[in-house]
Amino acid sequence: MRTPFRLVAVVAVIGVLGPIVAGCGSSSNKGSSSGPQPGVTATSITFGTHTALTGPAAPGYSEIAPASAAYFKYVNAHGGVYGRKIKLLIKDDAYNPTNTVNVVHQLVLQSKVFGIFEGLGTPTHTKVVQYLNAEKVPDLFVASGCPCWDKGSSQPFTFGWLPNYTLEGKILGAYIAKHFKGEKVGVLYQDDDFGQGGLAGIKDRVPAKDIVSTQPYQVGTTTLAPQITAIKSAGAKVLVDFTVPIYTAIGQLTSFTLGYKPQLVISNVGNDPTTVGALLKAVSKGKASGTGLIEGAITDYYLPSNTDNSNPWIKLFRRIHDKYDAKAPFDTNVLYGMSSAYTLVQALEAAGKNLTRQGLIDVVNSQGATWQGPGLVPFRYSASDHGGYSGVRIAMIKGGKIVESGKPLTTDPSASGPITVATSTQAAPPASGIPGP
Amino acid sequence: MTKFIDLTLNGVSTGAVYAAVALALVLIWRGTRIVNFAQGGMLMITTFVASDVINSSGSYVLGFLVALGCGLVLGAIVERILIRPVESAPPVNAVIVTLGLLILLQAIAGMIWGNSPRGFPAAFSIRGYKVGGTRLLFAPNDTFIVVLVLGVALALALLFRRTDVGLRMRAAAFEPEVARLLGVRVGRTLTLGWALAAVVGSLAGVLVAPSVFVGPNNFDPILIFGFTAAVLGGLDSPLGAVIGGVSLGLALSYVSGYAGSSLVTLAALVILVAVLMVRPNGLFSIAQGRRV
Amino acid sequence: MSARLKQSTLARSLAVVVAGAVVLLIATESLSSYHNLQLSYGAYYFTVLAGLTVLIGLNGQISLGHGGLMAVGAYTVALLVGNEGWALVPALVAAVVTSSLTGVLVGTAATRLRGPYLAGVTLAFAVGLPSLADKYPATFGGDQGLTINPPVPPSWLGSSFPLERWEAWIACAGALVALFVLQNLVRSGVGRSLRAVRDDEIAASLCGLRVARVQTLAFVVSAACAGLGGGMLAAVEQLAAPGAFTLQLSLSLLTGVVLGGLGSLTGAIWGAAVLVLLPGWSNDIAHSFSLSGNVSANLPLGIYGVVLIGSMLLWPSGIQGGVRALGGRLLPRLAPNRPSPAKPPQGGQT
Repeated sequence: MRTPFRLVAVVAVIGVLGPIVAGCGSSSNKGSSSGPQPGVTATSITFGTHTALTGPAAPGYSEIAPASAAYFKYVNAHGGVYGRKIKLLIKDDAYNPTNTVNVVHQLVLQSKVFGIFEGLGTPTHTKVVQYLNAEKVPDLFVASGCPCWDKGSSQPFTFGWLPNYTLEGKILGAYIAKHFKGEKVGVLYQDDDFGQGGLAGIKDRVPAKDIVSTQPYQVGTTTLAPQITAIKSAGAKVLVDFTVPIYTAIGQLTSFTLGYKPQLVISNVGNDPTTVGALLKAVSKGKASGTGLIEGAITDYYLPSNTDNSNPWIKLFRRIHDKYDAKAPFDTNVLYGMSSAYTLVQALEAAGKNLTRQGLIDVVNSQGATWQGPGLVPFRYSASDHGGYSGVRIAMIKGGKIVESGKPLTTDPSASGPITVATSTQAAPPASGIPGP
Repeated sequence: MTKFIDLTLNGVSTGAVYAAVALALVLIWRGTRIVNFAQGGMLMITTFVASDVINSSGSYVLGFLVALGCGLVLGAIVERILIRPVESAPPVNAVIVTLGLLILLQAIAGMIWGNSPRGFPAAFSIRGYKVGGTRLLFAPNDTFIVVLVLGVALALALLFRRTDVGLRMRAAAFEPEVARLLGVRVGRTLTLGWALAAVVGSLAGVLVAPSVFVGPNNFDPILIFGFTAAVLGGLDSPLGAVIGGVSLGLALSYVSGYAGSSLVTLAALVILVAVLMVRPNGLFSIAQGRRV
Repeated sequence: MSARLKQSTLARSLAVVVAGAVVLLIATESLSSYHNLQLSYGAYYFTVLAGLTVLIGLNGQISLGHGGLMAVGAYTVALLVGNEGWALVPALVAAVVTSSLTGVLVGTAATRLRGPYLAGVTLAFAVGLPSLADKYPATFGGDQGLTINPPVPPSWLGSSFPLERWEAWIACAGALVALFVLQNLVRSGVGRSLRAVRDDEIAASLCGLRVARVQTLAFVVSAACAGLGGGMLAAVEQLAAPGAFTLQLSLSLLTGVVLGGLGSLTGAIWGAAVLVLLPGWSNDIAHSFSLSGNVSANLPLGIYGVVLIGSMLLWPSGIQGGVRALGGRLLPRLAPNRPSPAKPPQGGQT
């Protein structure tokens, strides 16, 4: 007698599930921005973030949000911001945009966060930008160097943070054009906005006749042999890597096998000596060990080198790391997370005790460009400019560490914008390690 | 010309690894008529263990042997506890169990070792052979991989064709009831099959780890292409696994080198469909379809 | 009259659909925005799972590639709505058409393949198809994919009609349409021919069924459902990107179908519920203990793996199988005067 049972089952399932789920679901969303701000109470501010904690994109990236949370714990232990403790809800999207949409909706609608902080990834975050701006949710300091966050007029609630990829490509390209004039250049780049943006910046400054080979790779490939052999056969003496650390390492392994030793130029995304060194250390019993394969590589960075223990910011963040995030290695990802969190606290302090979503956005627009922090270059924040850091400093990998040299350089994202030396210098951190109002 | 040679050599060495994974899958299929989607997860765990052993003891050989030993134990345990209950169930249930196991193993690896991948030493030098003035994209370690995989394939083929154990394994797979009547300890034979397959898988893991690194998700592409190679060559044939693996490695290397890296997965699909349309049970299939 | 109602599949399925629509209408009114969104996810998952369960459960063909078919539907909707400015409903119809055509291609190739060989081809399809977006970035938006504007509720519903409720209505409407069509298909001659081919191909072809055609038809039907589900995904999530259609998606669809109960449309409802609710629950569980970062990040995955293994070992027929078994035990107690199902004849006859 399955027939009526089937009918009853289907209807009952829906009929039972509905009220149960409705019972679980708390108050329905009545009205929006008027009234008390979501995510803010007298004692707490809640932010949400989406990041890749698991899955193929997780290596490295999974350290960033916990490092930010560690900095917030430090701030909370010292009284918080105007007496409010900062809470960071970290949600895993495994770098899948569908999951990003789901968890961001969950954070905004269910967890009722005050804002989204440090959303990670371009293919992931681009899918929620429209929603966040339509709902007027602050979308601060996106963890991605895509120029697409830099749209102050159409995306007023979204702000980038790190120097965008084209900007970086420009500065690296200018360095190459100056110091390796006339040499053949090959570019190995990730086939997404990161690599394509960096390549665009390189092409902007390096003469077209000098770029002899540009080879994209898909994330997930297990070999870069076709790309490296092509670049080698083209005779490139300079190899520019717009790669994430794993592919920096794979590229170097292939180059080593081929006996190909070009001058390496690595993007700051893929230069972390801790990560790359850990990958290369084990190979071939000392013949290709540790960071030996990237020694002498030219790179760039916009924060102090994570191994520069004389720098007061590194000292401060190391202390916080050792206390609140000790399991992770103190590498560039952890430094990123803490620096980015520092900027958020700066914004919260500047917004004042009467914290509103619009107020926070306004204060980043009006004061963001003046904020001094661990960054080596100033921010570019203004009502129209939502990009983030305005440049980088050239560095070299020496002895397995990032050693910066020369002056910090700033530019704007346009193709023809000039590259100028930054006029501001890095200020020392406040004594408490927490920015003042 | 050098490009062609380099792509060919690269294809052979990556193909050898696909062949090793394919061999493990073929072994399990011949033994239990189940596709083991958890193969990639099992070899990932054994490679992690090997990595820890090598880091603490400094000995590559010890790590290598521990990996194989762990594979043996893991394969036997998995068959006995997880697969035995679903061996007589519809095949899709076994698929779900192995998928669940893959996910569980990746989660466990993430919990124990974290998500950051680590390097893995190669057995031999990875500096390419020098021919004339240039270095080839083929190093002593690649020779080691190819020789070892061929050796294992040969050993398996001999095992199945010439030994009693192999005969029992084939009988237990095709006709368990009849095999039981003839005195074959079917349960034990199946466990042995899985254990052996896991050993082959662990071998593939330590061979490929130097170039893809060791992480919870780092072996996923190897598994996908290894499965494709196994299907290509015919799930019943160890020789097919090797030929399928090497051919796939070569083909994908050429596609990546001449047509662009974004076409590799599509090319795998096209190759697979093309071959299976002509030989629906793989290149070296034994069973022919019934026609009425 | 009620006996006639029980006999007529069309009437019965219509009744189910109408009842379902009423219940969903009430549910969407009382659910919060976020839960309405979850209901939308459940609805489009159900649409895909229902087609997939027909293919695997009723027709015996395995597919590890339905994520790719969802991608076809999603990109169709994203291109038509986003670039060409089509309205949503015609775009969804177009998504069904394009995915059905893809289903014809895949299905025809599939007719020659069995078991793991079919699994291999569908797996390669799931992995290979999304890479077309990277190959032709100008049309398909490359790695970033396409974004479309959210579907705007029509003005006669009022200006403050929540977007999430409208999306839930769209998704549930699509799901009910799929449910209606499949319920009738399953009980019809076509459904019987699907099952006949699954049970014994030789016997079926001896009875005059064109086995290859029936198998292709099953594929097309499931592809149409997947395309509709994918199109609704594009509408509800406002995206179509290669990163959304990973191999993991195809594999979760398979696990959803089997967990819910293979071959059963009600099983597809359970499967959709599991796919939508389990990640959230396991995340909550993981974060309720204060575990170290690595453990709490990977625990939801671990729970999922354990659920898959455990349910296959303990309830091989899935949730619906368990519900039926429970019902089978309860029903004689609840209605003791009801005549029990006819017992098979003893001895002799088969």
